[in-house]
Amino acid sequence: MTAPIIRVRDLVKDFHVTRGRGGPPAILRAVNHISFDIRQGTTLGLVGESGSGKSTTGRLLVGLIPVTSGEIGLFGETITGAGGDRALAKVRSKLQFVFQDPHGSLNPRMRVGDCIAEPIDVGGGWTRRDRADRVSELLETVGLPRAVAERFPHEFSGGQRQRIGIARALALKPDFIVCDEPVSALDVSMQAQIINLLLDLQEKLGLSYLFIAHDLAVVRSIATDVAVMYAGALVEQAPKAVLYAAPKHPYTEALLEAVPRPDPDRVRSAALGGEIPSILNPPPGCAFAARCPKVMEMCRSERPAPRPTGDGHVVACHLY
Amino acid sequence: MAAPLLEVNDLTVRFRTDAGWMTAVDRVSLAVGEGEALGIVGESGSGKSVTALSILRLHAGPTTRMPTGKVMYGGRDLLGLPMRDMRAIRGSEIAMIFQDPMSSLNPVLTIADQIGESLRLHQGLDHATARRRAVELLDLVRIPDAARRVDEYPHRLSGGMRQRVMIAIAIACRPKLLIADEPTTALDVTIQAQILDLLRDLQAELGMSVILITHDMGVIAEFARRVMVMYAGRVVETAPVGQLFRRPLHPYTDGLLAAIPKLDVDVRRLPAIPGSIPDPTAVIPGCRYSPRCPMVQARCRTEAPDLLPAGPERQARCPPRVAALEHAA
Repeated sequence: MTAPIIRVRDLVKDFHVTRGRGGPPAILRAVNHISFDIRQGTTLGLVGESGSGKSTTGRLLVGLIPVTSGEIGLFGETITGAGGDRALAKVRSKLQFVFQDPHGSLNPRMRVGDCIAEPIDVGGGWTRRDRADRVSELLETVGLPRAVAERFPHEFSGGQRQRIGIARALALKPDFIVCDEPVSALDVSMQAQIINLLLDLQEKLGLSYLFIAHDLAVVRSIATDVAVMYAGALVEQAPKAVLYAAPKHPYTEALLEAVPRPDPDRVRSAALGGEIPSILNPPPGCAFAARCPKVMEMCRSERPAPRPTGDGHVVACHLY
Repeated sequence: MAAPLLEVNDLTVRFRTDAGWMTAVDRVSLAVGEGEALGIVGESGSGKSVTALSILRLHAGPTTRMPTGKVMYGGRDLLGLPMRDMRAIRGSEIAMIFQDPMSSLNPVLTIADQIGESLRLHQGLDHATARRRAVELLDLVRIPDAARRVDEYPHRLSGGMRQRVMIAIAIACRPKLLIADEPTTALDVTIQAQILDLLRDLQAELGMSVILITHDMGVIAEFARRVMVMYAGRVVETAPVGQLFRRPLHPYTDGLLAAIPKLDVDVRRLPAIPGSIPDPTAVIPGCRYSPRCPMVQARCRTEAPDLLPAGPERQARCPPRVAALEHAA
């Protein structure tokens, strides 16, 4: 087993928000004591609904926003705490980010080639010729013709723009990429193309991914391990095969049940009621208690801690 | 069989672009029976939303040529109605909900105002009665604490709750037909399940017909009784939902079904459809799917195929596959 290249321990992120005009400031805990590892060449699928804190986790991981407490280790460097900034500077070029909205993340006034080369230009030191060669090489890597470099982002479909976003992320030869819902805005046939591309790149370049999604079916096709997030906390983590064969947390079960299957004979059980609770003033106890079909008395008062249950499975639920 | 509630014949919609006129919807025909759930499925750019909007004549404008064909509803052709009569039908007999409930709601009006609007307009209710009806409607779409929620503004509601409000507005006048354009695409999967359950319950309670437009075959399987698959502005296949999933007849339907990420089995590489939907201004001789089709034959590239009957309630725009089906029968 290879050592983890990403090591997250007890990570917490608070946002300070004001409610109403002149109201008292409140703390919104978007990420609540989470821990996980990502090994080299593998993909952790991070799944949850809007507001679960999954995108915040992705941003923390590549240093886009500062942590409140806890530890993030990247390639053996601890980027949190004292000296964290210097450590982050050392590893920053190994980290990249692919965004959900391939339209909003590309500058509409820049030619595709310049969009892709922007990370290279920041570092500088490339001759014109080398830069052009690198852009062509990157376009080829993501399955686009060279001539694309001269065109503008709006000329492309969502799937092609996501390829451009990936080419740009690859420009500095990263080792680790946070993919934040990269296929959520795409049609199903484009989803399959982009997922296959990410898998090919992983094989060829040895990349590791944090793949953020709200769809457990999409995650199954790309992840090595899966973590399920709810209201800022990780409720379940397991290797992919274990999680899909035997999901344990009632929230994971509900997420799996809710995915519409392409089978008209299937009868889905009634939808899980309610919505994700506000993480301002979270209730004591388990955040899922109010919606949980298997809720017990203690769930409303005591917050369940993540517990290993064998096979690399970790569950935060009083049932286990 | 009784006359369908809505019957669309040879609907064609053309837009003006920098590159000239393009055909967004090309001779589409469909029928929806009373109380029926019809699903329209296709990728972005397939023409499915434009078809729906044209039924209600919602995007006339300098860049759109008046749609041609017939949209028969209640013995009248909607395309030929004076605007006044069309407005009377919109929202009262045929209602529509959209993908993004935030941009379809007015941020500076309360929920009560927005639900009440169509009640005051179509049914002439006074303000107080309309407000009372609004509370009942919020109850009907299962919004908890409706009496309090009705005075709130849209930004106070979650995406799922906003979509419920949109549905409440749509059903306020008890329409006979609800057109739902990707109503759950922007929602989380657990909320999507709630909204689909709600739509199905309301359909049964109110006896509405529903046209559900989506790119998600899973949503189609859950909701629709009959399915129409669109590609590049044309209908490529129609079938009862069971038959479509058991035995798709068009290679594009095959491709859409194969590309769905599987939840129940491990698939390392998803069979993606190569390429992308053609540029709408591009001229493709023959079958418009032929450049991406894995079963393409020489004649597919030259002869534009017709939508052929393939059994009761079934049609497919793929002569080789329909011939093979007849041969097997």
